Amino acid sequence: MSTKLEQIVKEATVEVEAVNKKENRPLYKKREPIFPKRAVGQFRRLKWLIMIITLSIYYLVPFIRWDRGPGAPDQAVLIDFPGNRFYFFFIELWPQEVYYITGILIVAGLVLFFFTSLFGRVWCGYACPQTVWTDLFIAVERWIEGDRNARIKLHRHKWDFEKIWKYTLKHTIWLIIGMATGGAWVFYFADAPTLLVDLFTLQADITAYSFVALLTFTTYTLGGLSREQVCIYMCPWPRIQAAMMDEDSLQVTYRKDRGEPRGRAKKTQDDKAFGDCIDCKQCVVVCPMGIDIRDGAQLECINCALCIDACDGIMDKMGTARGLIGYDTDANMARRVKGVPQKFSLLRMRTIFYAVAIFAVCAFMVYLLASRSPLDLNVLRDRNPLFVKLSDGSIRNGYTVKILNKERAPQQFLVTVTGLDFKEVKINDIENVGPAPIVDVKSDNLRSVHLFLSVDAQELETASEPITITVTNKDTGYSVSNDSVFIGPNK
Amino acid sequence: MAGNPRKDEISGVDTTGHEWDGIEELNNPLPRWWLWVLYASVIWSIGYWIAMPAWPGISDYTRGVLGYSQRQTVMDELAEVKAGRADIEAKIVASSLEDIAKDPNLNQYALAAGQAAFGDNCAGCHGSGAQGAKGYPNLNDDHWLWGGSLEDIHYTINYGIRSTHDETRFNDMTAFLADEILEKQEISDVAEYVLSLSGTSSDSEAAQRGLPIFEDNCVACHETGGVGNREMGAPNLSDKLWLFGGDKKTVVQSIAYGRKGVMPTWEARLDPVTIKALSIYVHSLGGGE
Repeated sequence: MSTKLEQIVKEATVEVEAVNKKENRPLYKKREPIFPKRAVGQFRRLKWLIMIITLSIYYLVPFIRWDRGPGAPDQAVLIDFPGNRFYFFFIELWPQEVYYITGILIVAGLVLFFFTSLFGRVWCGYACPQTVWTDLFIAVERWIEGDRNARIKLHRHKWDFEKIWKYTLKHTIWLIIGMATGGAWVFYFADAPTLLVDLFTLQADITAYSFVALLTFTTYTLGGLSREQVCIYMCPWPRIQAAMMDEDSLQVTYRKDRGEPRGRAKKTQDDKAFGDCIDCKQCVVVCPMGIDIRDGAQLECINCALCIDACDGIMDKMGTARGLIGYDTDANMARRVKGVPQKFSLLRMRTIFYAVAIFAVCAFMVYLLASRSPLDLNVLRDRNPLFVKLSDGSIRNGYTVKILNKERAPQQFLVTVTGLDFKEVKINDIENVGPAPIVDVKSDNLRSVHLFLSVDAQELETASEPITITVTNKDTGYSVSNDSVFIGPNK
Repeated sequence: MAGNPRKDEISGVDTTGHEWDGIEELNNPLPRWWLWVLYASVIWSIGYWIAMPAWPGISDYTRGVLGYSQRQTVMDELAEVKAGRADIEAKIVASSLEDIAKDPNLNQYALAAGQAAFGDNCAGCHGSGAQGAKGYPNLNDDHWLWGGSLEDIHYTINYGIRSTHDETRFNDMTAFLADEILEKQEISDVAEYVLSLSGTSSDSEAAQRGLPIFEDNCVACHETGGVGNREMGAPNLSDKLWLFGGDKKTVVQSIAYGRKGVMPTWEARLDPVTIKALSIYVHSLGGGE
């Protein structure tokens, strides 16, 4: 019985010190290679799944088609710089509506805060591109060079044929992944199927190749060479996220109360001299950040939960309950020590606040989007000259009227002006049909016309009279108004 | 401040010997990345001297092996822009003014080109907003001496008024006092009559006396009732706009000594496309007929 336990402990144990161990950590340390061992378990499976989902979204979304009618791009998500439009499925934004992007960024920030306060650094652990791509790069490395021990051996080995071809293959595949990353990025800015062909036939714009090159370089450097250095030294989020967390936030935790005192000399499951931790260091060798989770919560820990899988595997072998390392809160740890029942409080001031804020911003955005005008109007008064006196003594003012038709169909707009008794309302090159000039504006377009208004001089009581220019869609009756002034000679 | 360098026990690095209130400076080397950037910049600059124009001489400068010249780049870009416009400009040359005004593309091009040309060539007299000044017509209003149609405006810009061109628009407002045709009193009376045409006379008796003088001397050009005659460039005297001013003194001055404003011919100075563009632009200002 005891010999079997000893055997398991002996087999599992790795004599290793965490590369980035807490007490040995200076403010900055040059990168030491980390060779994370392959982890097996539920969290590893979850991470594979999330990797497939996130990468699929990134690579496939540009190829989704969305019919917007003739003349309009049929790409579901497209940032069209030459055409000055942003398309997102049924939404189509003009450059002056860039505040929607601000709204999306605010919501994204709040959602990040919300999840951080509930579940800790789930963003870092599962969804962050740095984590996803690094994970992918490590998988490639493992596929070519083998698991941890083989990789360490190869790393230390002298440069022979095997090492050269394995390293060359690894870096080549990394570069190809990087190229695909950059390649997918540019598809969001042009018609993806066309650009795909153009990229390979060397027909694409130099800008496209530049961005592919840039993203290839950054993906290769950050995902392949820098890895955990990005999270530890470059990224501001690990520093900020502490502000979103409290003692009730879930984080990957080594349950000290259960594990300590750690020791390998444990003879039986009931040995009271030791805790459950057999100090096998499996949690250390799987860690892509090169830390020891048993040092407690650390800035360097991205909460990827791979140490949970590693530890659970050992606990299964030992015949002890799983969860020596698991998602837990500081509050619960303290409760266990005191012998008080565990409690997970998801509803807290902080989480409620974030939820309400997310809801409020989303509701505001939806309201803005729903009440978005299909028509925009800009009126610019001529200032040189301020006014023109005509031969019959009346006064004329000129206005540049810009009408934005955001609809995907040509529209006709009536231009009416109120505020004074006008003698003439005239637009250059447009015949007055009926009471008001009618301006044709092409589908999804802006038309700028020059409006002339004239009144009798006696009509003007002051040198500047307020007027309102209204543009009304002839068919739908939808109208937008803009205030301006009519200027005459000083009285 | 300066002391002797010593070895700092804690860091194991020499100090520079500089000390401020007990704070000493360690003689650490510059960061490697910084030095690399410096070395790279030095190498780059040497290459730059060779490749690009760099060193000034007494009368010239080193040209660089790449032969780069910003002046030449600008010339090339301008030539490229010009070449890009060739198509539309050829169309403008070939089209009538009416057709240009009707074609949205040509019209837009002509308006933009006309506005730019106006600022360069016309604004000096007519003002940047074409609002004119005393003796220089306001081109925004609906009062035209020689006509406000596209063709009329085009003719005026091309050949000018009292210009050196053979085809120039020309008339001669008589100097009734200087040429001893009318007496001072008669001029005063006829001026009152002219003012009465636009309802600004303050002396109806004098205006009555002025009527026969006007009919004897002025109607040949200004027509009965002073409505003017564009064929001759004779201004309408019955409306509310005055080129030189509508007060009595100025009107008397005009009758006594005549008015001989000059607009130069632009035919030799501007190309046909620009003159057409200017016509379209001036026509669009609000008074075009």
